[in-house]
Parts: sequence; structure tokens; C-alpha cells
Amino acid sequence: MDILALFDLSVLDSTVRLATPLLLACLAGLFSERAGIFDIGLEGKMLFAAFFSAAIAALVTINAENAEQVAQAVADAVANNDQATAQSAAEGCSGTCRFFAGVSGWLPAVWIGVLAGVSASLFLSLVHGLASITFRGNQLISGVAINFLAAGMTVLIAQDWFQQGGRTPSLIGGGRFEPITLPFAETLSGVPFIGPIYAELISGHSILVYVALLAVPGTWWLLFRTRFGLRLRAVGENPAAVDTAGVSVVGLRFVAVGICGVLCGIAGAYLATGLQAGFVKDMTAGRGFIALAALIFAKWRPWHALWATLLFGYLQAIALRPDIIEGALGFKVQVQLLDALPYILTVVILAGFVGKAIPPRAGGEPYVKER
Amino acid sequence: MDVMPKWAEVILVPLISLILAAILSALVILAIGEDPVAAVNLMITGALGSTYGWGYTLYYATNFMFTGLAVSVAFHAGLFNIGGEGQAMLGGLGVALVLLFIPWPHWTIALLAATAGAAVFGALWAAIPAYLQAKRGSHIVITTIMFNFIAAAVLNYMLVNQLRPAGSMDPATARFVETVHLPNLHEMLAPIGINFSKAAPANVSLVIAMIACVLVWLLIWRTPLGLEIRSYGKSGRAAKYAGIGAVRITMIAMLISGALAGMMAINNVMGEAERLVLNAVEGAGFIGIAVALMGRSHPFGVFLAAILFGFLYQGGAELALWTSIPRELIVVIQALVILFTGALDNMVRMPLEKIFLAARMARAPKPDRKPTEPAE
Amino acid sequence: MTAPAIELKGISKAFGPVQANKDISIRVMPGTIHGIIGENGAGKSTLMSILYGFYKADAGEVFISGNKTEIPDSQAAIAAGIGMVFQHFKLVENFTVLENIILGAEDGGLLKPSLSKARKTLLELEKEYDLKVDPDAVIEEIGVGMQQRVEILKALYRQANILILDEPTGVLTPAEADQLFRILGRLKEEGKTIILITHKLREIMEITDTVSVMRRGEMTATVKTAETSPEELAELMVGRKVLLRVDKAPATPGDVVLDVKNLKVVDEQGVERLRGIDLQVRAGEILGIAGVAGNGQSELLEVLGGYATGSGTITLNGAPIDLTGKNSDGRSRRARGIAHVPEDRQREGLIMDFAAWENTAFGYHRDAAYTSGLLSNNAAIKADTADKMERFDVRPPHPHLAAKNFSGGNQQKIVLAREIERNPDLLLIGQPTRGVDIGAIEFIHQQIVALRDQGKAILLVSVELEEILGLADRVAVMFDGQIMGERLTADTNEKELGLLMAGITDTDAPHTMAEIEANLAHAHGDASKEV
Repeated sequence: MDILALFDLSVLDSTVRLATPLLLACLAGLFSERAGIFDIGLEGKMLFAAFFSAAIAALVTINAENAEQVAQAVADAVANNDQATAQSAAEGCSGTCRFFAGVSGWLPAVWIGVLAGVSASLFLSLVHGLASITFRGNQLISGVAINFLAAGMTVLIAQDWFQQGGRTPSLIGGGRFEPITLPFAETLSGVPFIGPIYAELISGHSILVYVALLAVPGTWWLLFRTRFGLRLRAVGENPAAVDTAGVSVVGLRFVAVGICGVLCGIAGAYLATGLQAGFVKDMTAGRGFIALAALIFAKWRPWHALWATLLFGYLQAIALRPDIIEGALGFKVQVQLLDALPYILTVVILAGFVGKAIPPRAGGEPYVKER
Repeated sequence: MDVMPKWAEVILVPLISLILAAILSALVILAIGEDPVAAVNLMITGALGSTYGWGYTLYYATNFMFTGLAVSVAFHAGLFNIGGEGQAMLGGLGVALVLLFIPWPHWTIALLAATAGAAVFGALWAAIPAYLQAKRGSHIVITTIMFNFIAAAVLNYMLVNQLRPAGSMDPATARFVETVHLPNLHEMLAPIGINFSKAAPANVSLVIAMIACVLVWLLIWRTPLGLEIRSYGKSGRAAKYAGIGAVRITMIAMLISGALAGMMAINNVMGEAERLVLNAVEGAGFIGIAVALMGRSHPFGVFLAAILFGFLYQGGAELALWTSIPRELIVVIQALVILFTGALDNMVRMPLEKIFLAARMARAPKPDRKPTEPAE
Repeated sequence: MTAPAIELKGISKAFGPVQANKDISIRVMPGTIHGIIGENGAGKSTLMSILYGFYKADAGEVFISGNKTEIPDSQAAIAAGIGMVFQHFKLVENFTVLENIILGAEDGGLLKPSLSKARKTLLELEKEYDLKVDPDAVIEEIGVGMQQRVEILKALYRQANILILDEPTGVLTPAEADQLFRILGRLKEEGKTIILITHKLREIMEITDTVSVMRRGEMTATVKTAETSPEELAELMVGRKVLLRVDKAPATPGDVVLDVKNLKVVDEQGVERLRGIDLQVRAGEILGIAGVAGNGQSELLEVLGGYATGSGTITLNGAPIDLTGKNSDGRSRRARGIAHVPEDRQREGLIMDFAAWENTAFGYHRDAAYTSGLLSNNAAIKADTADKMERFDVRPPHPHLAAKNFSGGNQQKIVLAREIERNPDLLLIGQPTRGVDIGAIEFIHQQIVALRDQGKAILLVSVELEEILGLADRVAVMFDGQIMGERLTADTNEKELGLLMAGITDTDAPHTMAEIEANLAHAHGDASKEV
């Protein structure tokens, strides 16, 4: 038995990776729910973003490569003074190809993917806002609809664009995020204890991991130190107070839902272009719901959201390594149990065995001026 | 105050929502480069053009009646049960255990026992979220979602590690014995001279689903318990005042809901597959949400909506077979139906209310205005 | 001649089929206090919400200091120098006083500078108007009186010249109300214009310069307060002469029906809401429970009605009733002969979406007369409903109509018919005439007295002192979860009860405002949540 093996550096390393999409989605939900809009559509928004970021990144890389080859062929033909061949070769990249190849000149493909993912997620946020803010519909039902919409549309479009059974081609080269080595990681790696932690655990992730980590203090500052944050929190507690103070409830809530969309977009983009290389059907696998559970666990507070998502990330990471668990505990744990563990833990948390969570008071209720 | 007449509320609003969902679905089909008219034609021929098509349509509709009723009963109690999927999975496990380990002399007794097994397992799976909601205030929407994931893990474990016949690689149980085979529509209708397709899976469970519709209607609208469930769903405080216990109603409504979702298994597990496979439910639990919303949680509405979704499901399968439109189109349509009939309800209702109000004002005689003295 | 501070011309507003305001015109001169009086639902609040930009008028014009002003939203109203204190305060409960004050009126994007500026301004305002608050107190932890001052300060912080107050005394004791009126007088001296919405004649007579009367969405008169009388105003309010007293013979109390000893209730937050209540109600008498809202009256009704648990002993006709467990719910209470007309008719007594006939069965839906076998006997329920509607003069008499489509008075009659027609031994009745039109009030009061004269025991809870004094035979005053004193209605008066309501038992000695304040702050600290 070796309990310490459970905290193997490689497990902790993948904890950070797996916690990142959870953290981003959790903060996304935090903005929305702090403003009084429940969002069980985090899952769908992430999925939508994952698909569009992977799909667009793939289209950009494929077309840019294609354009390069075509350009080469044209250049060769021109060099041979073969106008006809050059002409027909040039036709190998036209329309869509030119567009994506052109776009690839401005930004790396993966960033274009991220933008596409964020836009896609924002679109779903808009739908959610329309249903739950403008038309005062049921926020839970709207969230359910968004989850199904994303589950269906991603496969539908993936099949239409790539004909690979509802997935995107694997992302290569500039289509996905590369790990970043932080300064001095090499130099420090020799230092006992701290060295490996810095070099392997802290350094060497893709940039979106750091974005997610920075989003925690960012969210805290925005929420508790700015006018916007004061109003956002107020609108989730008592929208009438905000309304009578001359501030638009609808406007504030749309902004909150929009921020939620952006963060879910980044989360989805990270899944498809950072954690994995491409989109596969239903790749979010319930992460949106785990993020929601983390949000409740964190009692809607940014720093607690970080700890909660790290915990869930760890559970996911350790579930991938039954060998370590067996080694550490001395017996075999059923893989299905490990798969179900995050969900079981969520239920335990929701059951209030880990303290009672009080949600924002106006949460889930559409704002109607009283008669 | 009610602005709209009842018929507008019950028929016009859902109908317009449905039309909007249909228009958007057509646009989606257009966008992926297919012809919506041709697609609809193909769906109609495929789902309704033959007794084979009807057999599948009604088979799916049977599933959706059970899950739609399940969601409806919970809705009446003000509870949103997203766990139909997991409850139906566990219902399947219940059916499999009942049929695999007890030798039944005849399908009729087996059906009764299997129905009970399905209902008990489904109800038990709903009981934990219900208890946590009632006693600990854990949000039932999230817990039922979690229980769907946990159910998948449980089923996976049971099929892979426990129920899989020796030597089989397939995560599925052995086939049930021939004596518990349920008569399908071909066998049921042949004696009265109707030649129904032999290959279609619709079976006697359809009759049970229809009986369930009637029983749920009786329960909700014709019994004191139904009044209590509806009261609790409308106003928890009023229910408390009347001595209608929150814990009791939450538990009863969710147990009934879970039992109904679980009972779906007599159709798909006992009636169709005749063994339990891993992905037996195929999202029917979720479609129950769309069916309940479209049917306005009324059993007759659920019955009609279930048949519509049965048609969409079978039609969608035909589309996937003959065109390059994947089956996920149905998920999109389902999402749009939920969105328009559930969440964007007011988008349709608000303008309609204005129209009805204007019509009423025009009809009513103008109140005579007395010239009012300027104040002071 | 100076221009009026506010002039409204031809304001109309409809909510769906309901015409809330019909062609209303009004002028208010600067530096005056103008009262608007009318029954519940007369359209007073709607009119003022329009002035504050909370609702948009269908027709009409607004002039501020002689200039035509468009007020599409609250922001525009604030910019025009209008502030409003709503009946239900618009405060964020878990924010501090300071945070509530700057909300929507911050300086710049960061909070820190806004907060320190507001702190300074607040000190100045406090000195100028004698409005004491603790800037760092959290709203949910302070009393309603202070919450109201925060609302006033919010308006002053936004440099309001016109202050609208909607039913400001509803949650205050008479003493607190007096203090509010002193503040308003001070504001008037400083040149502010004040509009006071109320349905209490006494307040109008006490503090306003001019008064407008509203009835059914229309403005029926505007007069100088000095030139009118309460009787005239009352007649203008309801459109006919009003009987301000209830006609009843002296009570002839019999045996003790309800005996409550040392009743205690602790709420979910662990706060003791009832702190040892002792009371008795005899057959053939009406015991009135007076008190400012939120001092435990609701909890008392809830325990007796069977939907809150408590400790202590309660006996009904000498036999104990359960305070916890299976037999302590509303159903068991009904079985024991306790009928209950709850305080909140729309959220407790009725299900607004249900038809009148379903509401008639509600709570008694398992009675033998209403069922046949496992099923409900809907035909019997409907027939009974039609019968009850006729006898209680419910209009329109349609059992199929949803409860929400009846007026407040007719809704109350549906509840009353359901509860008192079962020949209960004890009737619990909370706020029987809240939101009920005057015609129905008389009918309801007559029914209650008739029930008393049949020898039933009646426990009446009302925050309207006038109603208690008119209807009850005995009155017990509640304050901070305790009974401060009991009096025979005939031997007491509003002043004595008012002091008891503020927690002061020695009603003969003179008392300072500070003493009353301190008392209330203590009580509200744990009682305010309910308000």
C-alpha cells in the first residue's frame, strides 16, 4: 500500500488539465447564476464551442496547407512556363479554400478556432437569454433544449462538413494548442521537490490552462471590486432593487449570460484543441453538469470554484489510472465505479452533507415587475 | 386574469410553437444541403406508408408514451424529472432480472411480473433524488441528471461483469426464453383479419401504454391524490396550508414518474430486443421531456405527441438509411420542440394575448367617459 | 405664480383588460405634502409607479416644475429629481446599507471611491435630516424602520426633490410612524415636495397639506386637507356613506375552546419566533391579535393551523392537539374542528389557477361527501360550490371560473364559505379584509360576528388596529414573539395598544422615542425577515 502514489505527479498534472474545462465552465455558470439566470446548458454550450473550434481550426489548417501546395504547383508550372497547368492547378484552391487560407494569415489556426468556438457558444447564450430573460421562459427547460440542440447540431454539421461519422479530422500542427514551457522550467527541474513540481505540474500546459487560472482572480475582482460586479450581484439577489435604481435588469442579465457564453466557449475550445486534438461526438461527457455541481459546492464563489473543480479534475484523473489506485489501495476498484465517482460525489454534495448552499435569491425566476 | 380563451391556450399556442419548430427544422435540413420537402415525403412514406413503418412508429410511440407520462406526472407536482433516461435503464434491468431468473409459464403472467419489475426498479431509481429533494432540498434537476450517468455505469457493470453469458463478448444479457415472447401487432391483429407487418416491433405493450395514459388521466384529474399533486405543483405554501405534505407528494409523484419511465422497458427490452443491451433506451427518456411539454402534461396530449415523435423517430431512421442526413436530426427537432413549446412559450403567447385583448376591446362597448375636472 | 412641482395630465393605464388609471390629472405645489388616498386597488400605486417610470402610461403627460418631461424608465425619473419609497422595499438583503445606497448611482467603475464618497455624503444627510443609519449594517439584519430610512436616503443621495412614499406606515408601529412623519416634516421644511400614498385617513389628516382621492382608477376629488373631514374623505373613497363601526351585540363567552400554554416556535434559521405564548379563546367570543406585522402573529396562525411545528401545550375543548409529528398537519387540524382562513389568501388559501370548485374542495378534498370510492366526486363538489357561491353572494357565481379571475373580496368569500360552512369549533382568521373592497368587508365582518353568535371561538389576527377594535371582543397585543398584554376591547384605545405594539407594557408612563426605537431595533433584529 502506498497512499502517496495517489498523488503521483503525472496524476496531478492531468488533474490540472482535466480541471481546466470544468473551471472555465464553472466560472461561466457563476456569472450567469450570480445574475439570477440558472444555466443547465453549460454542457451544450461547451459542446457547441468544442465542435466549432475544432472544425474551423481544421478547415483553416487543411485549406492553408492545400493553398500552399497549390501555390507550389502553380509556381512550378509557371517556372516551366506551362500556363495551362498553372491555370488548372490554381483552381485547386478557390472560394472557401481561399477564404480560410486567407484567414490563416491573420491568426494561428487554433486561435481562429477559439474565436469560432466562443462565437458559437455566444449564439447559444443568446438563445438562452432570449428565452429566459426576454420571454421570461423556464430557464431549466431552455437549458435542456440547448443541450439537445448542441448534441444534435454538432453531429449534423460535422457529418455535412467532414463525412467522418460526426467527428472532425484530427487537428495537426497549428490547429491545436502546444504546451508552453514557463521560464526557468529547464533550469529549476533539478531542484528537489519544487523543481519537478514547477517543471512538470505548473509549467508545460497550453495557454488556455493559464487563462482559466487567471480567470479566477479576474472574476473575483470583477465581482467584488467593481460597479459592474455590484450590479451583477444585486440583480441576482433582488432585480427590483436594480430596476428602481435606474439600471436595466435585462441589460445586466444579458451581459452576464454573454460572459457565461464566452467562458463556456473557451472551455469547449480547450477540450477540442488543447486537451484533445479534434472533436468527437458528445465529447463534453457531462462536464457541464459536473461544473454545475462544482458551482454549488463552491457556493457561487470564485476561489472556491477553483478548489472544487480541482477536486473533480482529480477524480477524473485518478479514474483514468486504475493501476495507481490498485497499487495504492491494494485492491482493484471497478472501472465503472471510478467513472461514476464524480457524479456520485456530486449527489453527495448536493445532499448537503458538505454544508448547505444558498443560491442567489432571485435565481431561476424571470423578472416581472409586480402589479 | 385570463386574456385568452381556453382553446387558444390549449391548442393554438402549442400548434404555433410546433409550426415554428418545424420551420426551423426545415431550414436546418436546407442548410445541410438536403430538400426538406423530399425529406418529409420520405419520412411519411417510411413511417406511415406501410404497416411496417406504422409498426415502428407505434413501437417508438409506446416508449415515448411511458416516458412522456413520467415527465408529465412530475411536472404536475412542480418537479422536473430529467432522469427518465436512467430510470428507463434501470427498468430494463428489472425486466431482465425478472425474465432471466424465473421460469414463467406464459407470457401474460411474465408481462405482469416484468411490468412490476420495471416499475419497481424505475421507481427506486427515482426515489433517491426524490428523497434528497424532499428531505435535503437537493435540486432534483441536477440529481436526476447525475443519476442518469450513474445508471449508465450501473448498467455497464451489470452487463459486462454480471449478466453477460459466458463466452460472449457482447455487453448484453442472454436472450429471454421463447415463452415470454410478447405478441406483436401482427400476431394480435391477424385473428381479426388485418395483415400487419411481421417484422415490425410494435407489440402488446402499446395497449399497456394506452391504459397507462387513461390511468394517469384518472389519477391527475379524478382523484383526491391528483388534486394534491397538482396543488403542490402550483403552490407549495397552499399545499402546506391544506395539510398536503411536501415530502409525501414529492415521493409519490417521483415514484409514479420513475415507475412509468421504467415501464418503458416492457416495450423495448421484453417486446423488441428480448434481451437487455447496453444502449436500450436510446434517448427515449429525454424525448419524454419534449413529449410532455408538447402534450401540455395532459395524458391525451402526451398520447398524441408520443405518436408524433414516434413518427419523427421512425421517419428519421428512414432518412438516415436513404439519405446522408444523420439520425441526430431527430435530436435537433426534439431540441427545437422543447425550445419553442417549453422555453419560448411566451414568445408565441405574448403577441397572441395582445391580439385577443384587442379583439375583446373592439367587441366590448366603450366605457362612457365623463369629462373629469382638472384637479385642484 | 410658481409652477407646480408635479403636474400630471390625463394619465391612463391598463393592465390587460383591467383599467388601472383612467384619465387622471393632478397638480402638486413645491414644498408641500400631498396625500393620495383610496382603497386597495384604486390605482394609487400604479399612478405613482408611472410617475417613477416603473410602468409606462398608455396616455397622458407629465410636467416637472412646469416642463414637459418624458419618463420612460426609472433612470429618467431619478434624473428629473424624483425618488420613490415603495411599499415593499427595493433593497438587496445581503448588501450593506452603503452598497444599497450607491447601487445604480456609483461614481466610476470601481467601488472603493464610490463607497467612500457615499459614506461622507451619508454623514451630511444624516445631520441635515436627522436620519440615523449604520452604513455598514447588512440590510437583512436591521429593522424595517431603518430599512425605510435607507430607502429615503437612497432617494436623497440621488438628489431627489420630489419624494413619493407608498403606504409607508404599513409595517411601522404608531410610534415609528410618528417619527417618519417628523422626518417628512423636516424634508418639507427644506423645500422638498412629498407625495404620500395611503389608505389610512388618520395619516392624511395628520400630515398632508392637500389630498386627492382615488376610486376605481379615477380621481374623484382633490381638496385642501384643512377644509375636509375624515367622514367626507371616506365617502369620496367608497362612493357612498360608510359604516365605520361593526354592529354587534356584546359577547357572551362560554367554555374555553382553545387553550395555548407556553407555545414556542423556532424557525429554520434557529431564531425563536414565538417565545412562550399563553392565550385562551372561549366559545362565543372573538379574540383579536394586534401587532405590527412580523412579530409572530403569522407563526401563531401557522402552528395552530398545522403547518409549522412548535413546543408547548395546546388543547382544544380540553383535549390536547399535536404540535409535531404526523398528526400535526392541516388535515388533522381540520379533522379536529379547526377551520383556518389564512393571512395570504392568494398564496395559501387558494390556488389561483384552479377553478372555484376545486378551491372549494381544497383541504377537504378527501371528505366523504366529496369522494366516491377512490375517485373524487366532482359533480358533488361542483353542486356544493354553486350552492355556497349563491349563499355567500360570490360574483360571478361560476364554479368553473379560475380563482384568479375573481376580485379580492370574492376570493375571500370563496375561502370563507369553504372554512366556516363546516361548523368548526374554532375559526382562525388572518387579515380577513386585506385587499378586499369595502362592500365585501361589511359582509365578511357580519359573517364573522354571526359565527361568534352561534357560539364558536374565533381567533382574529389583523395588522389593522381599527379592524381589531371594531370586531374583536378581547384583544391581545403581540410584540417580538410574546404577548405584551390583553385588554377588553371596550376598555382600551388606539394609543394604549400602540404602545403595547412597540413592546412597552407600562402604558401610563411617558416614553421617549429613543426608548421605543431601542426596543424595536432589538425586536426587528430577528423579526424583520418575515416582513
